[in-house]
Amino acid sequence: MNKREADALLARRHRRERWFARFGLATIVFAGLVLASLIGSVLVKAIPAFSKITLEVVVQRPASADIPARQALARAVQQQLGLSGDAAERRQLLQLFSNHAPDDYAAAQAGSSQTVRLSASDDVDQFIKHYKGTTQTGRLNELQLQYLQKLKDSGFVHTSFNTQFFSGADSREPEIAGIRGAFVGSLWTMLVTLLVAFPLGVMAAVYLEEFAPKNRLSTFIEININNLAAVPSIVFGLLGLYVFLQVLELPRSAALVGGLVLALMTLPVIVIATRAALKAVPPSMRQAAQALGASPVQVVWHHVVPYALPGILTGTIIGMARALGETAPLLMIGMVAFIADAPQGITEPATVLPVQIFLWADSPERAFAEKTAAAILVLLLFLLAMNAVAVYLRKKFERRW
Amino acid sequence: MRLKLVSLLALSVLFSNQAEARDQIRVVGSSTVYPLTSSVAETFGKRTGNRTPIVESTGTGAGIKLFCAGVGLETPDIVNASRGIKDSELDDCKKNGVTAVMETRVGFDGIVLAHHKSDKAYDLTRKEVFLALAKEVPVGGKMVANPYKKWKQINPSLPDQEISFYGPPPTSGTRDAFVELVMDAGCKLVPEIAALPESKQRLACGTIREDGVYIESGENDNVIVQRLQVNHHALGIFGYGYFDQNRDTLQSVKIEKVDAEFSNILSGAYPVSRSMYLYTKKQHFGQVAGLKEFLKAYTSEDAVGEEGYLIEKGLIPLIPELRAAQRAIVDAEESVQERGQTRENSGGSPKKN
Repeated sequence: MNKREADALLARRHRRERWFARFGLATIVFAGLVLASLIGSVLVKAIPAFSKITLEVVVQRPASADIPARQALARAVQQQLGLSGDAAERRQLLQLFSNHAPDDYAAAQAGSSQTVRLSASDDVDQFIKHYKGTTQTGRLNELQLQYLQKLKDSGFVHTSFNTQFFSGADSREPEIAGIRGAFVGSLWTMLVTLLVAFPLGVMAAVYLEEFAPKNRLSTFIEININNLAAVPSIVFGLLGLYVFLQVLELPRSAALVGGLVLALMTLPVIVIATRAALKAVPPSMRQAAQALGASPVQVVWHHVVPYALPGILTGTIIGMARALGETAPLLMIGMVAFIADAPQGITEPATVLPVQIFLWADSPERAFAEKTAAAILVLLLFLLAMNAVAVYLRKKFERRW
Repeated sequence: MRLKLVSLLALSVLFSNQAEARDQIRVVGSSTVYPLTSSVAETFGKRTGNRTPIVESTGTGAGIKLFCAGVGLETPDIVNASRGIKDSELDDCKKNGVTAVMETRVGFDGIVLAHHKSDKAYDLTRKEVFLALAKEVPVGGKMVANPYKKWKQINPSLPDQEISFYGPPPTSGTRDAFVELVMDAGCKLVPEIAALPESKQRLACGTIREDGVYIESGENDNVIVQRLQVNHHALGIFGYGYFDQNRDTLQSVKIEKVDAEFSNILSGAYPVSRSMYLYTKKQHFGQVAGLKEFLKAYTSEDAVGEEGYLIEKGLIPLIPELRAAQRAIVDAEESVQERGQTRENSGGSPKKN
């Protein structure tokens, strides 16, 4: 091979390497763009959900027991705006308010404040957020737009930060629906999952890796664990329905059962990750400990597991993150449900964030679209927080040799 | 510490096993009725101080299975249904000891065919919809794979436009109702099919083509609505409540020259609507707190009346006499079994009232 041939060969190799690097970069850029557009679109859609429109009403007293709350509210607003319409017009007026506003007004009549701020209906909410200044009117008619304009001119329409979204539980009225119930439900469920799956998974992995004799049985178990990690999650839901609800008779829809089902789903992931982490600990560590007279149990718990801990935690968090996003197995055990109160404990009926997203996305009311996006944002933040904890723990326990 | 928590968990498992009278109503069933029942549940919880009932969205069939699994506080009290309960399901119920089931009708749900507003409005007959969607249609006296690609081929007065549908998958109750109310009804009007033996007829009427003209779009009606925003020539099939929320962008198709409007569905003039039902375990009265009160609230004028709060949620109410009849059923605690043979079984249209 003369010099020219060698140069040509070298140039070709360099070219190939450059192309490979460019290709790699392109895939990263592509993935980045997709992720950015996804999060961007969710963010843009979610922003309106964080503001809330309220209508201020002057409270009329004394409250009369004969007049139903709806009538009382409609008359109060008429008086406040100097209107005098018939029942049909009052009905139009009431549609500016949330379905539960009359009850809130009645409660305010019993109190002492002069005015009360009531939730506007989702139609008003959407109109002010999206159609203001356009020719579109959304679902409001001419008369209702006039009323709304009057309320606005008199300074009775307020826009504020939507604290109710974070403090309230699910509601069929998009304007007052909140994420707290699902958030707390997710917390309880994840707690159960962690408390069951983490110790069981780590113990199983430690036994299989450090103590179990290598024979056909242990190979068989290993193959099964690997297969279980790939089983579709709905199967675990069916298993949970039978074992936890029908045989053990645990309460339906409870975070306890949800957590147990998700724990079953997460277990194989944790076992596999833990075994990989244990394998990565150099044999010299074990030998050194044994040489100093440590018993097998001491070797494992004093030396091997602490060194493997960062890997174990990473695997656990990956498994937990997958469990956090599951809805399919929860359908079977009754957690895909309308639950109006945040759960107080693991045996109370609960729902979780992804289920809440699913239920809102399926609702006819268009105002739920922005709530859905906002809920997705909350779920992503939850996930991010979980990962942050994992990174922190890993950094804390990480050792080098 | 960890051990303590685990043992706590085990303890709570033991405690939850205790059976006691429930203070929270449990509802399962149809995803179509879910928005209505959960709305009543929420209002009921707020106004009466009872615990807000839990409403699960499982689908009608799965809901009835859960409901019929037995009597006892671990089974649901009410099932939402977007069709009438079948006799075979009632038999199942009976086998498991659920011998007293109360049937109350909630109201109607219209099924709407709609397209984007930018497309020119046109109307269809059920026969035309059948010819557009059937897997096999008669051409020259023989059943052949559906050859129609454009509306104009079916009827020269229809637009020169590709036939394209977004609709629910076979697992959906909306699909069942669509097949029953549109496809079956339309196909009876085709003489070649009316001449077929009954078993073949059913197959010919109920089978939707699979060559890409009808695109199954999942159980979520909002997905169909969104597809229509992009594909302006396509027709979507979904519930009236979803159409009502998206009137500003969607245009409904008249069926047999009747608009899919509130008043037309109410009067029964619009042919594609079905009844929605609640089935309640009478045996749970007195065991579950507030069960009868909940049914009373559900059948009250305040909820299901012409100005009730469910109207905004897309409910088409029953006629006043029928609403009164539902309240009477609740008051008398009359079960299907006690009523005997008079029970109307089909979903049916308001005309059958």
